[in-house]
Amino acid sequence: MRTVTVFALLAAALVVSAAAGILVGAVAIAPGDVLAALFGAEGTNGTIIRELRLPRVLGAALVGAALAAAGALLQGMLRNPLADPFVTGTSAGASLGAVLAVALGLEPALVPLAAFGGAIGAIALVWRLARLGGRTTILTVLLAGVVLTSFAGALVTFILVSSDRLSLRLRAVLGWLQGGISVISWNELAVVAVVVAIGIIGAVLLAPRIDAYAFGEETAAALGIDLDRTTALVLATTALLTGAAVAIAGLIGFVGLVIPHALRFLLGATHRRLIVASIPAGAIALVLADLGARTALAPAELPVGVITGLVGAPFFLALLVRSRRVIV
Amino acid sequence: MSSVVARAIRAGYQDREVLRGVDLVARAGELVALVGPNGAGKSTLLRVLGGLLRPASGSVTIDGVDIATLDRRAIARHIAVVPQVFETLFPFTVREIVALGRTSRLGPLGTLGSDDARAVARALDDIGATELAERRIDRVSGGERQRAVLAMALAQEAGVLLLDEPTAHLDPMHQRATLDRVATLARVRGLAVVAVLHDLNLAAAFASRVVLLANGAVVRDGAVGDVITPELIGRVFGTGLRVVAHDGRPFVIPEPASVEERHARAG
Repeated sequence: MRTVTVFALLAAALVVSAAAGILVGAVAIAPGDVLAALFGAEGTNGTIIRELRLPRVLGAALVGAALAAAGALLQGMLRNPLADPFVTGTSAGASLGAVLAVALGLEPALVPLAAFGGAIGAIALVWRLARLGGRTTILTVLLAGVVLTSFAGALVTFILVSSDRLSLRLRAVLGWLQGGISVISWNELAVVAVVVAIGIIGAVLLAPRIDAYAFGEETAAALGIDLDRTTALVLATTALLTGAAVAIAGLIGFVGLVIPHALRFLLGATHRRLIVASIPAGAIALVLADLGARTALAPAELPVGVITGLVGAPFFLALLVRSRRVIV
Repeated sequence: MSSVVARAIRAGYQDREVLRGVDLVARAGELVALVGPNGAGKSTLLRVLGGLLRPASGSVTIDGVDIATLDRRAIARHIAVVPQVFETLFPFTVREIVALGRTSRLGPLGTLGSDDARAVARALDDIGATELAERRIDRVSGGERQRAVLAMALAQEAGVLLLDEPTAHLDPMHQRATLDRVATLARVRGLAVVAVLHDLNLAAAFASRVVLLANGAVVRDGAVGDVITPELIGRVFGTGLRVVAHDGRPFVIPEPASVEERHARAG
């Protein structure tokens, strides 16, 4: 009953926040005109709604859903709420892949794939480093994530400054890196939507096996989990979701951390329910954060990463203080 | 009805060999207690029996099938391992924890069927944990959590049950209740049970057979009265443990160190 209520509320909130994201913007457009524009009216309003606001709301929703689902997967496998794509360095790896692709002049539609490549390289490396002690613990994952994030960040800056193609657009690229939803085209959105859909299906299918990690890897194996295979699938799925998100939104921290953790209080711990709920909840969170980013200092725009960082970082610290006795 | 047979097991970690040719048999209906000093290799042997550590040489067979030929899922259908209970930060309910015992029977889409729900209900009932089912695992007592993970292992419906110090963090009353339950299940259900036990008196009270391990080898394998003897306990654990007989059962009593012993240690 409670589950049904939570899902109904999430669905309603998703509709309301998407509507708000389309109705509200730097340029005031009357609701009737917004509706007309959605159904094909020509003119400036049509362009703003169909080419700017709608793809942006959809992009924000996809990014939020992808990050929240990826966070839920990682938290489940590490059996700790302190993990998400950002703090594990996965997002930084993805941003390096994306920047490299742009610097090399690849097709824009290939950027999400390059981001995926960077993400999977980063998370595989982090896991490898974290395993050096014999078993994977949240503390070593976070440490490796910190190191990798700053290393990837250094490389990104180096590429930005040394690439003619990028240094001309430095301001735009820096805005994207800080977490700005920059949907360039419907084509790009379509690529990202497909990648996110595949990642979400993978996450939902993997979810029951993630439950078996409740008492750690050894117990998961004793319950019948093939650890190597499951780890590889979880990391690949996380990288897919993170790569897609970073390709259009840059480095957005903490959505993947906060959303699954908050939902656990409402829905309990089993991961299928948690991941399915994380999808609309992450979408809602990022659509609203993006709306705030667009309107807070209008007509200037804040990167949405600023908003998620302002909310998420204190949340992370609070969580760290509360869970320190079980951190290793 | 299953039996598990380990033959000539050598196993260890990286460059450290822990087990040096160990044989062990547990037949259906038996509770075999694995005892010995710290570092003897008890937990390592249990990991090898559960297929969680691949032996350098030797084999583990379940009803004649070498587990090295089986994948994790198949092994989990034959062998259940009761974990030492760690804290979990996530608010799983006891029923959800017990349902993890059905992981090896998940369908291709990761779903459980009505058979699985029945197995979970039965495991909860067997362990007397039905009234705990909807409680959160992070909010029950240590003894209740122990029951939940035992029920989880039972829900696996495996013929072999392995326990690594199942009584480690329990008070004497819960230690007795846990082992009594496990011994009864072995007898009534015909499970082959191997339990690592630190407490020799618990082993003496509940085991159908005791295997004494020291330095990675079996020192003696036999009935309680044949293994827990003054001579063997003195040889394996050193001086300071007195073995007395009471009601036809051996009891191991720690003795305070003598004055000479303390001087020798200080000196």
